[in-house]
Amino acid sequence: MTDHAYNFAYLDEETKRMIRRAILKAIAVPGYQVPFASREMPMPYGWGTGGVQVTAACLTPGDVLKVIDQGADDTTNAVSIRRFFQRTAGVATTEATTEATLIQTRHRIPETPLTADQILVYQVPIPEPLRFLEPRETETRKMHALEEYGLMHVKLYEDIARHGEIATSYAYPVKVGDRYVMDPSPIPKFDNPKLSDSPAIQLFGAGRESRIYALPPHTRVVSLDFDDHPFTPSKADHACDLCGAAESYLDEVITDDLGSRMFVCSDTDFCRTRREAGQVGRLGGTLEGEAA
Amino acid sequence: MIAATLGGGFADPASQSARAFRQVLQALARPGRIERLEGVAPPAPLSVAAGAVALVLVDGTVPVHLAGALDCAAVRDWMAFHCGARFVAAEEASFAFGTAEALRPLNRFAIGSAEYPDRAATLVIEVPHLRCEGALLRGPGIDGTARLSLPMPAYLAANAALFPLGFDSLLTCGAALAGLPRSTRVEGF
Repeated sequence: MTDHAYNFAYLDEETKRMIRRAILKAIAVPGYQVPFASREMPMPYGWGTGGVQVTAACLTPGDVLKVIDQGADDTTNAVSIRRFFQRTAGVATTEATTEATLIQTRHRIPETPLTADQILVYQVPIPEPLRFLEPRETETRKMHALEEYGLMHVKLYEDIARHGEIATSYAYPVKVGDRYVMDPSPIPKFDNPKLSDSPAIQLFGAGRESRIYALPPHTRVVSLDFDDHPFTPSKADHACDLCGAAESYLDEVITDDLGSRMFVCSDTDFCRTRREAGQVGRLGGTLEGEAA
Repeated sequence: MIAATLGGGFADPASQSARAFRQVLQALARPGRIERLEGVAPPAPLSVAAGAVALVLVDGTVPVHLAGALDCAAVRDWMAFHCGARFVAAEEASFAFGTAEALRPLNRFAIGSAEYPDRAATLVIEVPHLRCEGALLRGPGIDGTARLSLPMPAYLAANAALFPLGFDSLLTCGAALAGLPRSTRVEGF
């Protein structure tokens, strides 16, 4: 099935070496964004070109690859990236989190806890957490160098002054190893606690912005907050309508034009595994033509 | 002589270097863990693990420094042929290969700048033995504490104190490889 017109995993060896060197520096300085010579990939920016390059540099022939887009294995972005590596690397793929050795993700961390044998690769649109507060790269670079993150706390404070709470619900900024403030990519803040002390290696790739950063395993990652407004991971106050899970992150789905809605797990593999084990939610028995 | 120079590389570069990179990544991401690299036959005195690191990470864009006994014709020719490496003084090197004694003084090597801490050297230090004992390690990648037999632990502890600046180290002994990024705090030596 491999397209032999391409090198293994699409990129040429020199490009992979350059990306590999950047990944190692990113591991050595957790949370710091390492510039790299991002290549044009055969997909548009915003479709995960950064994650794809990091995955290509890490992939080995024995890997089992899983790709998720907002938790789902079956959406366009996930399907096309999975197929891309099937064609260019000939690797095995899976939808089961527990079977995967390398997981590329857009905007979610799987519900099933990761293990030391797995690598999680995030697709990152804007790697610079300070970018919307300070547009100049020269200035944000200086702020990271001087560990000057007051502006970020002012932003969170203004959230509280305006909305009564920190209104940031995704791409919630974190501090890594007590040094660098990092954008965890647009994952829901519900996922933030899973960043910290994970047994898996976590790599972040931003293609358009040409940055790679990383969290080694067992790295302390703290979501920014205030003593009187502590960080709270939040989700829809509901259980999954398909599998009944009360602890998973949920998507809200509008089901007709009369205001009906349902909440379903954003992590499709997690939801399916639970349903296969016999767990049934509010609407779980009647959907997809299954007998009630 | 020519056979020794032209041989000893990866037979299947794409997949072998991918596997070897994953081992280097695991070693650097988990200080205290020892990986075994195979499939390479570099000329003595370059170890198998150091040779594999060179094949995985070094190419014509990377300035390399060879220190001490490694700065010999056999190793130079092998790295030049297989990696396209160009050789420079210690101060300019992105990668440096040598024993702990040959690499000293360590303050010759790039430690990055406050704005670009990634512009730091990677030292590939050949050590006489490599075991999970000795100096106590703490920091990112380590669940609690780990132990690793370190050469010149006091210098490596001083390097860690520079964080986020500092060089990163890969320790090699035969086929064995361990990583010591600058983020690892070294104690109890």
